[in-house]
Amino acid sequence: MVPLSYYLVLSGILFVCGVLGFLIKRNIITIFMSIELMLNGVNLSFVAFAAQWHDLRGQVFVFFVMVVAAAEAAVGLAIIIAVYRTRETLNVDQVNLLKL
Amino acid sequence: MLHLILFLFFGAICVAGAVNLLVQSHPINSALSLIVVMASLAAEYLLLGAEFVAAVQVIVYAGAIMVLFLITIMLLNAGKEEHTKGSRVATLIGVPGVAIGAVLVAWTLVGRLSTTHSVSIGALWGAPNDIARLLFRDFLLPFEVTSVLILIAIMGAVVLASRPEAIARRHHSTAPPQESRELVATGKDH
Amino acid sequence: MSITTFIIISIIKSVAVVGVLLTAVAYSVWLERKVSAHIQNRWGPTRVGPFGLLQPLADGVKFIFKEDLTQPHVYKPLYIAAPIIAVVFAITSISVIPFGNWVEIGPWGTYLQITDLNIGLLVVLGITSMGVYGVALSGWSSNNKYSLLGAMRASAQMVSYEVSLGLSLVGVVIMAGSLSLREIVDAQGGVFWHFIPRWNIFHGQTLAFFIYLISAYAETNRTPFDLPEAESELVAGYHTEYSAMKFAMFFMAEYANMLTVACLATLMFLGGWHGPIFGPPILQAVMPVFWFCLKVFFFMFLYVWVRWTLPRFRYDQLMAFGWKVLLPLAVANIVYTALVVALRA
Repeated sequence: MVPLSYYLVLSGILFVCGVLGFLIKRNIITIFMSIELMLNGVNLSFVAFAAQWHDLRGQVFVFFVMVVAAAEAAVGLAIIIAVYRTRETLNVDQVNLLKL
Repeated sequence: MLHLILFLFFGAICVAGAVNLLVQSHPINSALSLIVVMASLAAEYLLLGAEFVAAVQVIVYAGAIMVLFLITIMLLNAGKEEHTKGSRVATLIGVPGVAIGAVLVAWTLVGRLSTTHSVSIGALWGAPNDIARLLFRDFLLPFEVTSVLILIAIMGAVVLASRPEAIARRHHSTAPPQESRELVATGKDH
Repeated sequence: MSITTFIIISIIKSVAVVGVLLTAVAYSVWLERKVSAHIQNRWGPTRVGPFGLLQPLADGVKFIFKEDLTQPHVYKPLYIAAPIIAVVFAITSISVIPFGNWVEIGPWGTYLQITDLNIGLLVVLGITSMGVYGVALSGWSSNNKYSLLGAMRASAQMVSYEVSLGLSLVGVVIMAGSLSLREIVDAQGGVFWHFIPRWNIFHGQTLAFFIYLISAYAETNRTPFDLPEAESELVAGYHTEYSAMKFAMFFMAEYANMLTVACLATLMFLGGWHGPIFGPPILQAVMPVFWFCLKVFFFMFLYVWVRWTLPRFRYDQLMAFGWKVLLPLAVANIVYTALVVALRA
């Protein structure tokens, strides 16, 4: 029998790695992937609590989180492609002027 | 006992993948480690009895969203990351700060070990029937709203990622723009 | 039954099924060569064994002994991993496919299926989704513009047609009321109107069957949707830089995918192992498996027949067809099926 807090600690570690990736990395696509990692950590929390209280609503909420993550990934990557076409770089430190 | 071993095994793969995402310099290696994290998370969901959510995690997250990321990285092909001054500062301050915060949160959670229940293996109780009953009755409005959200995201992605000339060609008439009409009329080159 | 008996039976089943699958993959190559040859008014393999039946063995030996070149300009970890990923995912999906009913040998009995999951159909769809990575990573790691272009086209095509593939199966799931493959086949037993079997293709899912068929051709990158590996266009697409055993693994993965798709079509639309059963009891135990294999063989024959009859689509026609025609049709089929089932209950 695995105590619930072990799952929560794992979810916390994933979330923390996502936050670190968001702060440290300079490539915009890797930053987006860190956001996906954070969302996955949160999903694990939801499912773990759903298992503890035997309430299926936790799992239903995971669907909505996945849908929102998918929509955000699609639009975000489209924006990245549009920015790359004009600025020729994926480094966030170099996208710091409004006009080229 | 078996439950603990499986949890630790897949949990170790998750954490290794997440740390590898931070450590790798080329985004494609980060993307591959994120795929590994998502697949092992699907196994963790199975350990928690959520079979439908595990299947959807593999199909949607690991099988579609990460393919999108991979295709974008292969299309843009920007190469390895460079270490700028900003990233060095962020690493120096960020890693210890976030690590301290994480240790505090984990200590609080594990300190409450006695009050949280245990989760048992094999009791697969997240059947598609029950989830569908919830999703299409109690949560019908959020379901419909998310479908509209996806529609908006599709339209937005198609518009944002297409080339400006392609949109211009679709919108404008077949008449040539003003400049070339003048050139044709006067016959001059400049 | 005890845990050790369960493990031993499972191991025997897994080894047997994977062995049969790999042999079936080799002989589907033989089938393709013979059928394509007869369509083109020539003989095909005839020299190695009677009717060329030992040709797959000769091909296997050739692939093993061929020189395995690894170019210096490829990204080695992914170059070696990509065919392995393709083959592993292609073979794994056979683990939830049922071949027949309950059989009993002495004191032990088992279903003719490696494992029966509640969500068996979703497992197959998930593994198909993961199979895209073999293609995408092989193109990227080859460090070659034809490979990259072919890989991106192939992965975009596979992801697009996965949607209509899954949606065409939702109608069947609504009619059967379960995602478990065994229960879906059990719901197709019996006859209606006294002689038409209650298979889903006759019982209301005809449009879904054709949507599934077309999506399956596009999903496995077969003609008329095989532009990503068209020889005249892209050299060999995403497996340009591969030779010998790694190319053989891609080849095996393609035919194993075809077999999985054919098995799934048999289970969903053609009634699985249902068919006329007669004769002594030992024959009655084997007949369901025979009917299953016959239906899968018919589906594979259809695959090869279509390949050597139709020209290929251009890539933009292909993508437009998938998103603008198949997807609305699949959704319309779901709405119609749901209406009929709800009004009948």
